[in-house]
Amino acid sequence: MIPMTFAQRVLSRASGRSVVAGDIVQAKVDLAMSHENSALVLRSFREIGAERIWDPSKVVILFDHRIPANTIKTAESHREVRGFARGAELPHFYDLGEGICHQVLPEKGHVRPGMLIVGSDSHTTTYGALGAFSTGIGATEMASVWATGEIWLRVPETLRIRIRGKLAPHLRSKDVILSIIGQLGADGADYKCVEFTGDAVDRMSVASRMVLSNMSIEMGAKAGVCFPDATTDEWLTGRVPGWSGIDGDYGQNAAPDEQMDVEVSSLAPQVACPHQVDNVCDVTEVEGTRIDQAVLGSCTNGRLEDLAAAEAVLRGRRVHRDVRFIVVPASREIYIEAARSGILASLASSGAVIVNPGCGPCLGGHQGLLASGERCISTTNRNFKGRMGSPSTEVYLASPDTVAASAIRGEIADPRRV
Amino acid sequence: MLTGRVWRYGDHVNTDLIIPGRYLDDYNAASLAAHAMEDIDPQFAGAVRAGDIIVAGRNFGCGSSREQAPLALKAAGVGAVIASSVARIFYRNCINVGLPVIICHDAAGMFASGDIAEIDLSGGIVRNAGTGECARFDPLPGFLLEILEGGGLVPFMKGRLAQGP
Repeated sequence: MIPMTFAQRVLSRASGRSVVAGDIVQAKVDLAMSHENSALVLRSFREIGAERIWDPSKVVILFDHRIPANTIKTAESHREVRGFARGAELPHFYDLGEGICHQVLPEKGHVRPGMLIVGSDSHTTTYGALGAFSTGIGATEMASVWATGEIWLRVPETLRIRIRGKLAPHLRSKDVILSIIGQLGADGADYKCVEFTGDAVDRMSVASRMVLSNMSIEMGAKAGVCFPDATTDEWLTGRVPGWSGIDGDYGQNAAPDEQMDVEVSSLAPQVACPHQVDNVCDVTEVEGTRIDQAVLGSCTNGRLEDLAAAEAVLRGRRVHRDVRFIVVPASREIYIEAARSGILASLASSGAVIVNPGCGPCLGGHQGLLASGERCISTTNRNFKGRMGSPSTEVYLASPDTVAASAIRGEIADPRRV
Repeated sequence: MLTGRVWRYGDHVNTDLIIPGRYLDDYNAASLAAHAMEDIDPQFAGAVRAGDIIVAGRNFGCGSSREQAPLALKAAGVGAVIASSVARIFYRNCINVGLPVIICHDAAGMFASGDIAEIDLSGGIVRNAGTGECARFDPLPGFLLEILEGGGLVPFMKGRLAQGP
């Protein structure tokens, strides 16, 4: 019997039959996540005449995009969703105190290897870092999941990306994924399940792997997976109730439909230039580009190791006087850890503005929008035109090290030489 | 048969261009429609007419899962989207809100803005009414065509839930 790929294994289990790539299956969902757009989910849920959520224990709702409420409209929709969550007695409703969904769900032990997870957010691919098959859907479709617990899915082909080599100092998984997206293009992994393997991934922390899985969507992937190993196991221990350890086989031995090899030993810090994530170059090609704002945070790079990396670059130095440096820890847990370890005090001493855990300015909702003509370097995941403010702004994407180095210099800078 | 005037766009038109994040605290379709395509084509929302068809290149709708993107287009009057390729969440969202979406590699090269496009959804043919040029596409699987033709996932699910388990 031919070994099944990761995607085939999860979707076979979830659909109760043996599937191959290209099949369309009706699958049972293990976990359904939605954030502020729960208001839109709720509207559809009511319109379809659904009376109750199929399994409240499998639904997570939280607010992260616009917290605390930035407008009266937001406040009203928060109130509506909050009221619904209380009325439906949802056991996993987190209000605005926890942070970004893609950090909070793993932290709170909702994510386990082998699960089928859907979320009404495109970066739901993040949970692949823990070995879940996890993908984004829209609000109305989420309403249907709330009602039935099921969704139709096409079984994707698999693209395995083998990442080898040791990253040089100041090089991060962000540089790796930007480089890969630059090579493959913004639709280079369309509809595919991307598997990240290789000794470079083996050495990465869960936080670093989350960056790979998170940004898989920026090349069109349906899911972006890192196979569970001892690092995964250690991370999940103490977080997942009743955790009994990882299984041996998640499809590592199956043959992918395509394979790509990436060598990262000689990689330079990468920057995605306006206005597409695949518009990637070495930092040396854009060094000296003046910036008005630097942002450290998001579901991509707002984790403790990201804050620590930026703090190490900035320690004892000042943010350039012409730069607003905004720091957004990804979750309450990270915020507390970063405060306890002195990272936040150090960043603030350097001139950073630290805001509450959440999505921050990443999607252009609040907490640091850009005025016309301004330029920002950010650890976030999208540099689309107008993404962080006025349509005539420019956003460059980079690692925490590169963003911190740039904040010091007031221009895009190479963290290896700052 | 769907017939409409074409708005032609290029590759990688992302969801932030279709409906910017700054308007997402509003779930009202008409308010969203007023800002449709604002950051790529500020004329669009004011000039689009009911039934108009967007024809684009690769990776249309890439980016966010925001259902407000196809909702804004539909509420603005767009009758269909044709693209060489379509990002997967946007594709699902189109069907779910009842906006016909067609992946047709050859269509992008057949149209300029202002042309008239004709689409036979179930037959899998798109035609430029002016030049007569035609291209074929794989029609949607039956169950998706059913959702689409019924007006989207809400009416479909409403019917299904009303029937009982």
